[in-house]
Order: sequence, then C-alpha cells, then structure tokens
Amino acid sequence: MSSLARLEAESIHIIREVVAEFDRPAMLFSGGKDSVVMLHLAAKAFRPGPVPFPVVHIDTGHNFEEVIDFRDRTVERLGLRLVVGSVQELIDSGELQERADGTRNPLQTVPLLNTIRENRFDAVFGGARRDEDRARAKERILSLRDEFGQWNPRSQRPELWNLYNGRHTPGQHVRAFPISNWTELDVWRYIAAEDIELPPLYYAHHRPVFRRDGMIRAVGPHSLPTEEETVETLQVRYRTVGDMSCTGAVLSEATTNELVLQEVAAATVTERGATRADDRLSEAAMEDRKKDGYF
Amino acid sequence: MITPNSDQTGSLFRLATAGSVDDGKSTLVGRLLHDAQAILSDQLASVARTSAERGFDAGEALEQSDREELAEQPLDLALLTDGLRAEREQGITIDVAYRYFATDRRSFVLADCPGHVQYTRNTVTGTSTADAVVLLVDVRNGVVEQTRRHLAVATLLRVEHVIIAVNKIDAVDYSEEAFRAVEQDIRAVAAELGSPDPRVIPVSALHGDNVVTVSERTPWYRAPEHLGQALLPILEELPDADASLRSEEPLRLPVQTVIRPHQDYRGYAGQIASGFLQPGDRVRLQPGAHVTEVTAVERTELQTQLAGGEGMPQLAAPGESVTIQLAGEFDAARGTLITDPDRPAVELDELTTRVAWLADSPLKPGARVLFKHGTATVKALVTAIDDRLDLSTLSSEPAQELELNDIGTVQIKLASTLPVDDYSVSKRTGAALLIDPTDGNTLAAGMIRVPEPEEEPEAQSDEEWLSS
Repeated sequence: MSSLARLEAESIHIIREVVAEFDRPAMLFSGGKDSVVMLHLAAKAFRPGPVPFPVVHIDTGHNFEEVIDFRDRTVERLGLRLVVGSVQELIDSGELQERADGTRNPLQTVPLLNTIRENRFDAVFGGARRDEDRARAKERILSLRDEFGQWNPRSQRPELWNLYNGRHTPGQHVRAFPISNWTELDVWRYIAAEDIELPPLYYAHHRPVFRRDGMIRAVGPHSLPTEEETVETLQVRYRTVGDMSCTGAVLSEATTNELVLQEVAAATVTERGATRADDRLSEAAMEDRKKDGYF
Repeated sequence: MITPNSDQTGSLFRLATAGSVDDGKSTLVGRLLHDAQAILSDQLASVARTSAERGFDAGEALEQSDREELAEQPLDLALLTDGLRAEREQGITIDVAYRYFATDRRSFVLADCPGHVQYTRNTVTGTSTADAVVLLVDVRNGVVEQTRRHLAVATLLRVEHVIIAVNKIDAVDYSEEAFRAVEQDIRAVAAELGSPDPRVIPVSALHGDNVVTVSERTPWYRAPEHLGQALLPILEELPDADASLRSEEPLRLPVQTVIRPHQDYRGYAGQIASGFLQPGDRVRLQPGAHVTEVTAVERTELQTQLAGGEGMPQLAAPGESVTIQLAGEFDAARGTLITDPDRPAVELDELTTRVAWLADSPLKPGARVLFKHGTATVKALVTAIDDRLDLSTLSSEPAQELELNDIGTVQIKLASTLPVDDYSVSKRTGAALLIDPTDGNTLAAGMIRVPEPEEEPEAQSDEEWLSS
C-alpha cells in the first residue's frame, strides 16, 4: 500500500471510531485545505450514507470572502448542518476584546468553547497536522480536553496501536485529529489525486497587496496598508487561508493542483513560517493557545 | 539519495526512538531530520536563533538567513524536536513528538519518545505502532536499566526491527573496543529477552557519524567484512512489518459501524486488520458461528487504483478501510469480528494477558476494568497477577501487584466472550487496552496469550442458520 493510501485508510478509521463511540460529534470546517480534505475523508467514511454530524466554523469576522462562499457551497452540496461561532459577536457584546495587533486568530478559543458547550458536542474533529508546529507534534490523535477545554500536554493518555480510547467524564470533551500524520505535501498530493475543489485563493491569482514584516498582505477591509506601505498588484496564492489580518500570501505562478504540488515540494519555508503572523508571537505561541483550548 | 520533499508516494514506515535521559536522543532525531534535509529554512533559523541565545554561535549566517551557512553552524539540534515550553526550559523530552520526513525510497513517521523512567508509558505509546525501534545507548554508560526496559518493551510489543544506536562514539575517540563491549552486552540482553537479533551501529548524533552516511572516522565499522551501514539507509531498506506479515495472517475485520442510509443497504464498515477480502469470500461472524458470503466490497478509488500496481487489484488488503455487504440478515454490529471461517479467532471469556502497566496507582487482583479489544469494549475483572518481569535479572518473579511501568502477566475474566488471537500471531487482534471505568483513563497495554488450540465448534452454514 502506498503511503497516501495508508494515510487515507487510517484517517477513515479514526473518523469512524469517533462517530461510533461518541454521542454528539462535530467537525471543524473553515474552508481551509486541511479541513476540506478532512471533510472529504468523512464523506468517504460513511458513503453511501450522508456525513453523520454537523460542521462548525469559528468565524473571526476577518475571513476572505472567497472562503466563506466556498464554505457555504460545500455545506449545501453535502447537505450538512453548519454551526457558526462568531468572534465579532463576542467583541460586539464586550465578552472579547480586540487585540492591539489586530490579530483575531487567538480570539477564536472563546467562541469555540462556547459553541462546544452550547451544542453539547462531546467530540470535535480538527484538521490539525503534527508537522505544522512543534506543539502540535506532541498531541495525541484523540486528545482529551477538560471542562475548560484545556489541553494538558504533561498528562496525555497513552495511545496504543489503533485502539483509540475516547472515554471521558461529563463536561470533558475530546478533540480528534484524523489527519495528524499527514504532511502539507501529503495534503496536496491527495488534493491532486482526488481532484478536490478548494477556495480559489489557493491558486495563483492577481491581487492588490502590500508588504509588512516580510509578509505579503492582501488589501482588504480588515487589512489596510499604512501611509508608508505601498500597494502593488502581484500574482500570489495562499498556503493557508486563516484570518485575513494575520495570513500572508506567497508569490506564485501555480494555477492548478499539479503546479501547486510542484511548488510545495520545492518550498524551502514551512507554510506557517511563510504566512502566519500569529505563530511568530513567541516560541511557544501554539502551545500556549492550545493549553487554553484552541484547536 | 535524499530529496527532502520528494514527490513520490513510496511506502510509509513507522519508526520510534527510545533511550535513557541524556543519551542524545533528541540530538539524533534532530540530526536525522537535519541531514535528511527535512528541516525548512524558517525552522532552522528559529533553532539557530535559540541556539545562539544559549551560547551556540550561529553568527552572521543567522542574520543573512543563509541556509547553506546555517547548516554549517553549531546548532542545538534537540531544539528541533523539544516542542513544549517545559521541555525547552528543562532540556528534557516529556512526551512523544511525531516527526515526518521522506527520502526517495520511503516516507517516515517518527515517534520521538522520551527517555525518563516516569515517561515509559509514552515510549509504549510510540512503540506500539512502530515498524522499527531505534534504541540509543550512550557508549560511555553501556547498557543501563532503561536500555533493558526499552528493549523489553520493544520485545513485548513485538516490534519487527530493533536497531541499537551506540551514541557518543566521538566521546571515546571512535574506539572500536568501546563499541564492541557495548555491542556484546546488548546482544546478551536481547538474547535473554528473546528479542530478534538487533542491528548495532556506532553513532555520533552530535557530529553526524553513521547517521546518513557511513563515517570515515569509524573505519572498523566501515570495513567490508562488517558490512557497516549508516542508520538512514538501514531504515530505508527494512521491510515494513505491516505489509509483509499481516498479509499472511487470516482475515480479521472488526466492524466499526453499520452504514444504513436506507432499507436496501446495509454496509459493515471497518479497517482490515489482517488478511485479504473480495466478493464471494465466505466469512464467519464472531463471537458466534454464523458463516455467510461477502456480496460486495467497497474500497476507495485511491486504494483500488494504487493496489493495481501490486498485482492484486481485486483484493482488499490489510490496512484498507472498507465497507462490505453480506448475504442474509443478522445481528452484526460494532464489536463483531469478521473472520476467515477456516482460521477463526479463539472465543474466550477468561484469558491470560501480558500487560505493560501505565497508571500511577498499582494494579491489584480484584480490580474492575474495561477491556477494549478491536471495536468491542467489555467489563472485566483482573482475577490474578501471575508474575512480573524483573528488569535487573530479566526473569519473571511472582508478584502481588504491578506498579507503574511494570511488565507482568495477569488473568482476566470478561463479562462477555471475545474473539481473540495470540499477540504473537496478530498484533491487531491480540492487543487490548485496560481502561479505568470511573475516569476513562488508559491503565495498561495488554498483549493476549492464547493457550494451545482446542477443538473449534463446528461452524454453521448460513443456510442452516437462516432456517433456525
């Protein structure tokens, strides 16, 4: 069996285990490539039946329009129920405060935990991959979270063979990461092999941008250049499509899956290093967020 | 030889590292990733920055972000893998970290396991899915208790390949004598534990000797008569245990869930633990003696397409996640094991199992636990503790209880019958978890021992069953 077929089979196994053992699972779906692949795997796991759980999007309010449009079309195509947790609503109500740096990614934790609690979800699938970040490299495939949604990296359950233990007490929930063992390149290989549709942002297109802190930022309602920053139109694509206020683009001519695959294979910088400002906040930025309940 | 982001889709090889504290495990992993060029420049720059802050001098190369230059600088390679704040602060590895790299030959999943004795449970975690274990020994310390423990764990879990990296060979001036002494000890321990004969390699993780290429500085290892090979080429060539062994085992398919979108469709979904499957096969549903026929096997396009090259496109193979349909109607559900009627699993309600005890509170006879086997979880009672392994003498001794990190044999009574295999025959259907029924925590890894085969009850044919 090739590595890609083995990864696919393992992910489907994990998704089925969680659905079989939990009462109220849900899947995080942002429209980003990892969650698109994860949802594609979920659809395979239960066909010819439907995907047997709702999807959850934690909306920072600073999303790319193309991504929200893609999210809505996908949800409709698969006949899913979409649950949205909104950062903006919590800022408006005063429960959350805008950060000085304008980054909204770390603010997603509170609406995520609210959404889990209000919907009584006992398992939440996430598309995180262990190759993304040092802290993510440490997390189990099934990760127990306490009643505050916290991850305790020092007391994780042993995870043996493919026997996933999802037992939890009331109030606790489990985060399940079915594509833990995939790399960015695996994800793109799979997208190319399966001809999976992604938001158009992932492919090279022309867009007005400006440069800040070594990153190429899109000009948009939540991402405006200062007077010293010059706007230019460049051919770019995105390696990740998170919050517009902290996600950068890369220069690219890759307009198809195959071309992107070649580009990713030759990349000398990781996707997060290239395009995510929030991970540059500190050496342990991801670990700190995850301990708070982030995915 | 190496292309960091090689675009091939070769086989997937799972690897775990183990070893004692301070024997340079993180450095070896960092070296392997670094020399296999699996570290991209931003990660390298981050490590160089922290290395510099800690007295390693990456100097100008860092400011220039020059990859070639950076690669030549002294780096604290352990920083590549120690991902948690506490690990970086204390310079120790607390939990398993998973790393990914690929060469032209193969994709690797590396479970980097901590060495400290209190984290042995994490070593068991990393080792349980590994095709090979790389066990580090500091050449200056030789075989220590952790070496015995980790070798015992690897043997108990039946890891196919054990590689001993005798590290810090630079610290003894690349002495063959020092290496041979450690090699001899380790082979003696392996023989006593009954583990397969390990490959033993002299290594300097710090300087990269014998990690990716054979070192000039160990000519005695390099000499043709020793057939010395560096670590990475060995890892590229070892057969992956999963594919080669599981295909010879009889069919085992634990049913995960039943897919029933409408009245006319009933699909049994699961991942094939061992054996092959195709429409027309007769299968047995266990526990029980019902035999029926497979009418359809749904595989993913990717599996079908990729299996074409292996000469068996029509057969679903071990490791595939499939959905099958069966002739007739019966009460099969999650927990049912679909097996080869000629070579079925053994059905037991009392069994013997080796355990690696992973919980802080000790196991005593009379403990009530949950027994998770395949897709079934049943209540269970630990009726007796037979023995525990004494790691200093490597012999089994009688025991009243098992403590954290102990390896022992226990008797278990199950609330209902389970179809099981001996762990030495099947790693999938011979394995079990012991779970705490109150807080749900995993207490132990269980490896089932099945007594000599007894007479199997005659399997009923489906026709008989349908009419009964």
